[in-house]
Amino acid sequence: MSAVLQTSVESTAFFNLSGFSVRELNATLQTLPADTNQTAWTILNPQGSHAIAVGITAQVAITIDGHAGYYCAGMNDGAVITINGNVGTGVAENMMSGLVHVKGDASQSAGASAHGGLLIIEGNASARCGISMKGVDIVVKGNVGHMGAFMAQSGNLVVCGDAGEALGDSLYEARIFVKGTVASLGADCEKKEMLEEDKLILAELLKRAGITDSLESFTRYGSARALYHFHVDNLGAY
Amino acid sequence: MCGIAGLFLKNPALEPRLGVLMANMLTVLTERGPDSAGFAIYGEAIPGQVKFTVRVDAEFNVQSLVAGLGTAVSRHDDHVVVSVSIEQEAEVRAFLDKHPALTVVSAGRRMTLFKGVGQPEEVSTRFGLSAMSGTHGIGHTRMATESAVTTEAAHPFSTGADQCLVHNGSLSNHNDVRRGLIREGIKFATQNDTEVAAGYLSCKLREGARLDEALTSALDDLDGFYNFVVGTESGFGVLRDPISCKPAVMAETEDYVAFASEYRALVGLPGIEVARLFEPEPAKVYFWERAA
Repeated sequence: MSAVLQTSVESTAFFNLSGFSVRELNATLQTLPADTNQTAWTILNPQGSHAIAVGITAQVAITIDGHAGYYCAGMNDGAVITINGNVGTGVAENMMSGLVHVKGDASQSAGASAHGGLLIIEGNASARCGISMKGVDIVVKGNVGHMGAFMAQSGNLVVCGDAGEALGDSLYEARIFVKGTVASLGADCEKKEMLEEDKLILAELLKRAGITDSLESFTRYGSARALYHFHVDNLGAY
Repeated sequence: MCGIAGLFLKNPALEPRLGVLMANMLTVLTERGPDSAGFAIYGEAIPGQVKFTVRVDAEFNVQSLVAGLGTAVSRHDDHVVVSVSIEQEAEVRAFLDKHPALTVVSAGRRMTLFKGVGQPEEVSTRFGLSAMSGTHGIGHTRMATESAVTTEAAHPFSTGADQCLVHNGSLSNHNDVRRGLIREGIKFATQNDTEVAAGYLSCKLREGARLDEALTSALDDLDGFYNFVVGTESGFGVLRDPISCKPAVMAETEDYVAFASEYRALVGLPGIEVARLFEPEPAKVYFWERAA
């Protein structure tokens, strides 16, 4: 590992992607022992490279200093990963646990199929944010594009801005909270009453994301559960 | 897959570097399209003249073309650019069209268009892209899905003067649209879906639509997946289909507007650190035009 440690300032290890490959970076981070003392990492010059910091299982803090490409922080299981920039398709896809914090915008399919952890996006997320989410919490401070939470199964999607068309299309379960406008709801997604248990979940997520907006400014959406079983009257919606 | 690179310069000081910047963008996009590549460059117009970009067979003697036309040509590997006066245009076009060893790739006052089979860096080098200057350029790296890996099926496609289009995606109703366009007199050289999109836009522009109007009507008439980047003599447009599965990122500064399939391809542009980066929205027409 010493070969890739450029310098150390206090306890942060710097990894410069202009000199080393993403493969070398990921091999280094993926083999960190659970009890590593090297818990702070900064990745320099990401320059939009794909698959940066994927499959990390150690509870370390990783800062990516710039824009990242596709599948950044995918399969994260325990790390706190901060991206000082934008991310491409599929940030934090299949995350199991931990925190992924995007300081800029995210492209499509942010948090796709993720099972756990928290994904915070400071800017906007484009199409299919939270597609097939399976337990992850996603907080988007800006807007989300069309088909947010498409086929979502479990977890919570919080949108502080507006949501695009077909929000929650073909929703199984999962809670959706939107503060702004919703262009349209997808098949089997409906507005729900905000229950006390919803408020507790939303309050906790807003707190963790550093948002001070009132709970009352959000509207909750969820599954109407009408498409769970085949019914000929619903043929047009399948 | 497929990769798209588009660069529209606002600052004339960058014009001599257009080719270098485009070549770098295309090389980065090799992983999205390694089988063929091409680009259109909008260079300086010569008053009263029109440029033909012509692909020539390997055995063809270019000197015989010079003698036949009585005009100078500039050679770029297997492509040559022929500049003739507007009065001669129809006559030269007829000569080029009937010559079995020649294929007219594009025509226009400002646009030249080059494409070929091979890795993008090799294709750019073969044609000398880095030495080209201009106001805007559109390039493409192809991973074939809809038709064979041939020079003809590489992008960009041009079906009208100074008009070209590149495409990432696949169209599902291109056969139907092609039949309609053939009835309107649009000619097609391949069975490729993208050529139909280029022909569609040319048809609309010929009917008097502006580029942004033509792109808006494409949303209704073209079915399938697409990111289009189109060029005209003075303009540069972008359109994504309503589903928008294909990746796109744009950067705008005071000096340029750039489009790329991936941010990686924008990294080498000057001032990219301070550029406004955004993902073009689905089904929204973006269009930039140079002041006349």
